Amino acid sequence: MTKQIPIVDYLVLDGDDPHLVANRSVESGALYFDRRNADAKTGAPGFEQQRLANEGAVRSFTIVYRAAPGVPTPYVSCVVDLDGGGVVKANLINIEPDPDRVDAGMRVRMTTFPVGTDDDGTEAIAFGYEPA
Amino acid sequence: MSERDVWVLGTHMTKFGRYVDKDLIDLGAEAAMTAMTDGGVTIADMDVLGAGNLFEAMSGIGQRLQKQIGQTGIPVYNVANACATGATALRCVYMAIKAGEAEMGLAVGLEQMGKQGLLGASARSDKKTYEPEGRYGAVMSVEGRVGTTLMPGVFAQAGMEYAGQHDGVGFEQFAKVAEKNHAHSTLNPLAQYQKQFTLDEVMNADMMSYPNTLLMCCPTGDGAAAAVLVSEEKLATLSDDQRKRAIKIGASVMTSDPWTDADQVQPDVNTLTRDAAAKAYEISGVDPADLDLVELHDCFATAELLHYDNLQLCKPGEAGKFIDERGPWRDGTTPVNVSGGLISKGHPLGATGIANVYEVATHLRGEAGDRQIDGAKVGLTHVIGLGSACVVHVLEQATV
Repeated sequence: MTKQIPIVDYLVLDGDDPHLVANRSVESGALYFDRRNADAKTGAPGFEQQRLANEGAVRSFTIVYRAAPGVPTPYVSCVVDLDGGGVVKANLINIEPDPDRVDAGMRVRMTTFPVGTDDDGTEAIAFGYEPA
Repeated sequence: MSERDVWVLGTHMTKFGRYVDKDLIDLGAEAAMTAMTDGGVTIADMDVLGAGNLFEAMSGIGQRLQKQIGQTGIPVYNVANACATGATALRCVYMAIKAGEAEMGLAVGLEQMGKQGLLGASARSDKKTYEPEGRYGAVMSVEGRVGTTLMPGVFAQAGMEYAGQHDGVGFEQFAKVAEKNHAHSTLNPLAQYQKQFTLDEVMNADMMSYPNTLLMCCPTGDGAAAAVLVSEEKLATLSDDQRKRAIKIGASVMTSDPWTDADQVQPDVNTLTRDAAAKAYEISGVDPADLDLVELHDCFATAELLHYDNLQLCKPGEAGKFIDERGPWRDGTTPVNVSGGLISKGHPLGATGIANVYEVATHLRGEAGDRQIDGAKVGLTHVIGLGSACVVHVLEQATV
């Protein structure tokens, strides 16, 4: 089987159960995808890892036509409010890149897809959201 | 807090654009020298220098500038604070005067960007072997693969969040902002672009990041702006003409972005602007309805619409109605970006936060020529540097 690696470390592939994880402030419950010395909300140290939901609702979006070199366009970027907490930005996929097809509040679920293979044959896996 | 008031004594900006025959220091020196001449003073009168620049921030910009305009041994503060860089340099001088350490000082914002295309979108070759790197353990560039964090996309998503929360806000309302600013720019000889476009032309221009088309995005460019600030006590000793043309800084406020649940993935440009505006109105005693003109940070048309609400220029949630009713046009209830704004006037990053002070001060002096807002007595300036920093100034016509 092809070796796989997540595009970012807060994506856990976990076989057929891919999901996101975040560092949750013990003090406030605020969620962070990167390591933090202290909670940006309260200044308190202390974190535990938390699994985030794979479903949520679109908070905002854009359709990108002029992108960084090598990025196929157009594509939809969106900000998603995850059920149970956490806000994430990712591509909205499996949908026509048409503003009439995307609405704030539309329900989405996470999915994964390959974004490249390195010289060792390792496949990078990204995550995105699709209409639920 | 000190009650000592600070005034703008002199100010100038270069025309924004692209200068292949001048370097950064040439532009800064031109703005600085002309601002001092405008105020009837010289470098010998300056007690402090604040210099704002981003792209050459590690090169001792203020000291390089001194070699051109006068090395008098005064303290120099070189600052970089994203798009709020110029305003931050101005605040360094403001604070030095407020603290009683200086009576008069010079703030200069200068930038030479040239043609950069999409800021931050430089090509990055992906590694041959994937290894997690950085704070997010990324194995390759995530831009465009895990959403977008480039500026057109960030501000598009900020705008669409507002559109999703408020009826009557959409592509057309955002486009009307750019239609207005391009129209305003035709009266400003210092603007990088002075070309009017119809609403259809704005909406049918190349789409960059929906809903922002090319004509709804500010250009990169070169330019400089400068201001001489003075304490009220010192100003009282100057000539009638200097006192008559001086503009009072009613409030100078800087904020950063407080924690919000989404700001780690999508910068919140609203909260820190709302905080800065509220504090500036409180300090100055000025009501938003009293403002005769506003120069705000329209890096993208979507941003300007949000700031109508954030700066309390319209009723809460009614930014769409405000532009539909032409409230921010130069003949509207609160003229916004009569200079053409960043969209048309240009946005040499380090210069912007002083150029807007130049613009408002020039109107309050009644010296804005064809674009003069008649009878202007009080105005507001606003900048945001993403990351984020926000600076709001309230400027007032007054007498000492």
